Order: sequence, then C-alpha cells, then structure tokens
Amino acid sequence: MGEPGTKEVLNLEELQASGGVRTGRRHVLSILVENKPGVLARIAGLFARRGFNIDSLAVGPTDEASMSRITLTVDGATHPIDQVTKQLHKLIHVIKIRDLEPDERVARELALFKVSCQDGESRAQVMQFTEIFRGSVVDVSKRSVTVEITGTDDKVEAFEDMVRPFGLIEMVRTGEVAVARGRGAT
Amino acid sequence: MRAVDAIMECLKAEGVEHVFGIPGGANLPTYDALYDAGIRHVQCRHEQGAGHAAEGYAKASGKVGVALATSGPGATNLVTCIADAVMDSVPTVFLTGQVRTELIGTDGFQEADISGITMPIVKHSILIQAPRDIPRAIHEAFHIARTGRPGPVLVDIPQDLSRADIPYEPVASVRLPGYQPTTEGNAKQIRLAAKALANSRRPVIYGGGGVINADAAKEFRELCVSDVFPVTCTLMGLGAFPADDVQWLGMLGMHGTRTANYAMDEADLIVAIGARFDDRVTGKLTEFAPRAKFIHIDIDPAEISKNVPAHIPIVGDAKRILPKLTAEYRALGADRSRLDAWWQRIRGWQEKYPLRYDDADDGEIKPQYMIQAMYEATDGRAIVSSDVGQHQMWAAQYYGFTRPRQWINSGGLGTMGFGLPSAMGAKVARPDEDVVCLAGDGSLIMTVQELATCVTEQIPVKVFLMNNGYLGMVRQWQELFWDRRYSHVEMGASPDWVKLADAFGALGMRVTDKGELGEALKTALSEDGPVLVDVHVTKEENCYPMIPAGQAARDMVG
Repeated sequence: MGEPGTKEVLNLEELQASGGVRTGRRHVLSILVENKPGVLARIAGLFARRGFNIDSLAVGPTDEASMSRITLTVDGATHPIDQVTKQLHKLIHVIKIRDLEPDERVARELALFKVSCQDGESRAQVMQFTEIFRGSVVDVSKRSVTVEITGTDDKVEAFEDMVRPFGLIEMVRTGEVAVARGRGAT
Repeated sequence: MRAVDAIMECLKAEGVEHVFGIPGGANLPTYDALYDAGIRHVQCRHEQGAGHAAEGYAKASGKVGVALATSGPGATNLVTCIADAVMDSVPTVFLTGQVRTELIGTDGFQEADISGITMPIVKHSILIQAPRDIPRAIHEAFHIARTGRPGPVLVDIPQDLSRADIPYEPVASVRLPGYQPTTEGNAKQIRLAAKALANSRRPVIYGGGGVINADAAKEFRELCVSDVFPVTCTLMGLGAFPADDVQWLGMLGMHGTRTANYAMDEADLIVAIGARFDDRVTGKLTEFAPRAKFIHIDIDPAEISKNVPAHIPIVGDAKRILPKLTAEYRALGADRSRLDAWWQRIRGWQEKYPLRYDDADDGEIKPQYMIQAMYEATDGRAIVSSDVGQHQMWAAQYYGFTRPRQWINSGGLGTMGFGLPSAMGAKVARPDEDVVCLAGDGSLIMTVQELATCVTEQIPVKVFLMNNGYLGMVRQWQELFWDRRYSHVEMGASPDWVKLADAFGALGMRVTDKGELGEALKTALSEDGPVLVDVHVTKEENCYPMIPAGQAARDMVG
C-alpha cells in the first residue's frame, strides 16, 4: 500500500484502516533522562515521527540534579511499544526506560476542576463528592467551586463523570507520575 | 586559547586530516583557526557537496567524515546529507556556525534553528551553550558518530562562543551514561545460532551495510566459508563478500538476482547480519521468506524485530560476534553434504535465470554493457561512487565488487546528486585508487558544481556519465505501471556535457559508439586530472529483473 507501483486509487477508509490499527492497553513509561536542553523536544519528536500519540506527559526534577524524570502514558499494542522503547533508548540523553506494568506501579495524577454551581444546593453536592474523593476545595466564587483531586487517572475520570452534570467550566490535569512499588528504584 | 583553536586541537586529536566545507559569517572564527591548523580543507562549491564528500570520505576510509558550514542557508544545505548519513549509518560530524547567542531566537540574519530542523535525522546533536563545553562536545560528537551504529552528529556553535578565550586541556575520555552500545553478543544466543545453522537444510546468509561499517568483511567471509553457505548481500553490503566466489548468489531485493530472491523465498534459515529488512529487500512483508526462521545480528537493538520478527536475535558488533559464531559452528562438525540438495536447487536457478540483457548488434551502447566496459577498463578494481537511479542498479548487478568500501552509494535515502561529491570525498580518502563516479544525467546535474572543486583542489575523479536523456527509473515505472504516460521525465538535450566539463577546466569526452567505449574509458582513467565521459546509452532500457513494488520475490518480472 502507498507504493507508486500500483495505480489503483486508494479510498479513505483503506488509508485509515492501514494507519490506525494501533490499539492496546495503556502503558506508563517512566523515562530517566539527562537534564539537558532539548531533551523533551527529542522525545516528543520521536513519538511524532514514529506515529505515536502521547496521552499524557509529566516532567520534573529528580533526587539528582543532573537528571529529570519523564512519565509518559501511551496507548499501544505490545509490539509497537517495544519499538518505541528501543527507539527512545537510542536517544543519547535517555538513561533508563521502564514500562511500568499496572500491578508494579503506584501512579498519581493531580487534577483541578472548575465546576459551575448556580445555587447552594449544587455547591453542597459538589463539596460532598469532593469529600468522597478525598479532594479539596481550593477556590470558590459566587457561582463556581474549584476542586483539587489527586489519584490514579481512573479516579480523576470518575470524579469528572460526577461533576460534569453541574457544568464543568474547566479541567486541568497534570498527567500521571509513577514509581515502582517496593524498595527498588524505578 | 580561543575556542576555535581548541576545536582544531580536538579535530587533530581525533585523527582528522581532511575536512570539507564552505566558510560564511557565523563560522568565520572556525575558518580563521583552520587557516594554519595543518588540516587539509577542501573548499566545496555547495554545502550539499561538502556533506556528501564527507560521507564519501567516511565510506571509502571508515574514518569519520567532517563537513563545515555556516549558519542559516549553509546549515540547511547540509540537511539532505545528514538525512542520507543517518539512513546509511555513515560516521560523520557536521560543524555548523550559528548566529551570536544574543541573536538566537530573534530571526537574526542567516539564522536557522538547525538543531531543531535536523532533530529527526541526526544520531545526536549538540547546541553549544557555553564556550568551555566546546572541546568535550567535539569529542562526544566523534565518539557517538563512530561507535555503535554509526551516524551523523551535528555540533552547532554560536559565533560569539567560538571566539571566547577558554582554558583548554585535552579531553582524555568521554562519559555518556545514556550511551553504552552493546558489542559482545550474548554467548548463549550465539550458541543457539550455531546450532540452528547446523540443523538447517536451506540456509542463506544475508549481509548488509553493517558488515562493512563494522569492518567485518573478513569475519563475514569466514563464517560463509565455514560451510558452503549461500551468500547474498543488500545494495549497501556489496563488496562484503567477493562477487566472483562460487557461494555468491548476487544482490537480493527489488533489482536483485532471481537466484538470491528465490533462495530467500525458499530458505529455512536466514542469517541477517548488519541488515535491516528494508522494504526494497523484502517486497511484500507478509510474503517475505515464509518458510524461514531468522537469526538477526545487529548492533542496533531497535532493528531487531522491527520489520521481521527474529527467532534468534543477537545484539552486538558483527566483528566480535562473527568469529565466535564461526568457531561455535565449526565445533559442531555439521555434515556439509546436507546442503547438496539446496545447492542443486540454487544452481538450477542460476542456470535458468542468469543476469542477462539483449546486447545491440550495432554501435548502440546498452547501459549494462557500459557497466561491463567500466569493469574491464578498471580491472574491476576501482572504487565506484554511484548516483541514484537505473545506473546505480545496473552497477550493483554488473560490476562484481570484490572488496569492502569499493562500492559507495546512497541506499536508504536514495539521494540523487550524491555520486560526484561522494566520489570526490572518496578520492581524497584514497588518493592511490581509481575513483569513478558513475552518474546518470538526471543526478549529475544536481551537484555538478563540484566539478569546480575537483579541478581547483586537484581531485582527479573520473565521471562516467550514463546519459539516456531521461529520469530513467521514473520513466521505467511510468512505462510499466502508469500506462506509459511519461510525465516530466525527459531531460532534453542540454547541457552539452563536454563543453560543460571544459568550462569547469576538466577534460570532457563523448562516446556514442560501442566500439570506442573501452578505449575512451581507459584514456579517461590514464589522464591526470578530473574527466567527464558523456556516454550515450540506449534511451529506453529497463532495469531487470525486478520485484514490482509491494509484491513478493516469486512475482519477479523481467
């Protein structure tokens, strides 16, 4: 397909079918990198040119000043993930990559929800949900409440489902960060 | 010491004797340091010429090729060369000038974000941010370019930083925590591979450019002759195994021999060494070598199972792995006669489907004949640097390469215009060898300005131009697959190549008759300076055999 050797016109469905068969479970990649300029651009660029979508991305300093940690979630079947980690390894500034399996990681994400509350009753309900989700109210105005939720992405999404009916003005998420369970380093 | 003088010290410490480039505003300091640094600089006429010359130099010598360019357009003119070098894993270092640090990001004169532009096509790049970092950056660049899977490294140096006064101390070693190529190969995997070889009934050894990059042609040959293993190589691997050997099947892939492709198709075991199962080799992936198990030896783990799942992957340096594999295999004492039936089948294909063409009875020069005449005239000993197109494929088919680094071409990227400048670089690297640029008329004109470099810098490259007046390979595809609708592939009569050569100060010759070709090529080779021989060949000849794009080996035509 896509070879100029065939004259047949390709229809759009065929094109989409050939390009879009990349579904599988969600992977959390924990990438330790040298804290050098451009390192994030190299990683993002690599994903873009190999045709992978990054679902979320979180970058921050580590316990060592010369290193940064990138936590990246990506949707993919096992085979392409393998190719992506190998390609990532080829970047000189990438030191270590770990594909953290669901049962061997602790993952957290922080999200801020700005929810519309037209009256006292809806505000009370939102605050009740916040309590159930062990979140906290970080800002309040006459007609809105801003809530902070921390947890796995499932939990964040569950909270989103609960408050969306009130009118979700805005939602901001950090993307998950994760560490390996147990004594060993990620 | 000025940072640029430190750069010269670093280059010399890396063993650099030749560099290719063009000066400009942002790399004026570098060129000032180069003035009396004791490094030969070849002043090219276009940065693309300099970049390909550095590649040709690297491919012919195995050393790191170096090209210099200024900021902005100078740097962007290198982009094609960098992409070419990454595709063919050519050890190269590109040193570009950048605008002053205060101007970066302001759209300053001749500013281009060359590290951003080249990010997807470099092995690595370094944008200098502090003058003290420069010496270490240069050494890191060379280390990364030449080790592991070789490739291009860009070092972008802002003009003001290059003028800074720095305390220079020689850099003893580089330390890159994220870069530790595996070289040795897993002993257990090597044993498994040896056993698989001993158990195979229809094996094929398939070598790629990695064998040559690893300087492992000798070790490759030893493995091949440790039994009567049939051997094929990719376009990039030609010369890794002598084409006059009885175990040689010819090149494989789109324009490979039927024998090599049929052998792959029926093989029960394929040993891929420094090869990457490119689409030009496999054809339709789902029908590629359907009966085979794969041993895949490569220094780049990302190549393993990228296109074809490997049953026995071995990551490491072919030069280190192959002797171990050969020794393990020999120790097993496999029965050579088990391959008799396989060879019988192979000999049958060789007899039935030799490479062939219909030669003309009159004076017309068939392109395949031209390659054979070139082989005769050079005793098969020349270093041949090719451009891209039909002539490249014919050379790969008909010029029997017998040693590594004898065949230089642009395989992965398929860069028209590569031939002349890379021949120039090869000649600089190997002044005692005959270096021939085999060009097509479509390709040659893309970088023909480098004839001026050859004349001025006294680099006696011999350009043998296969002139058919067409973008021949595109024309062939239009003929075969697009109902002969020849859309914009005719080159017309211009230029007059003899006059053009003359205008550059080179010797120009024209051959239109078969009877005069051999003599003319010999005359060209015996001349002291650069020569361009314009050889008029059959206009509409197709390159066969061929696996039509997207089809399988057994669908070969022609």
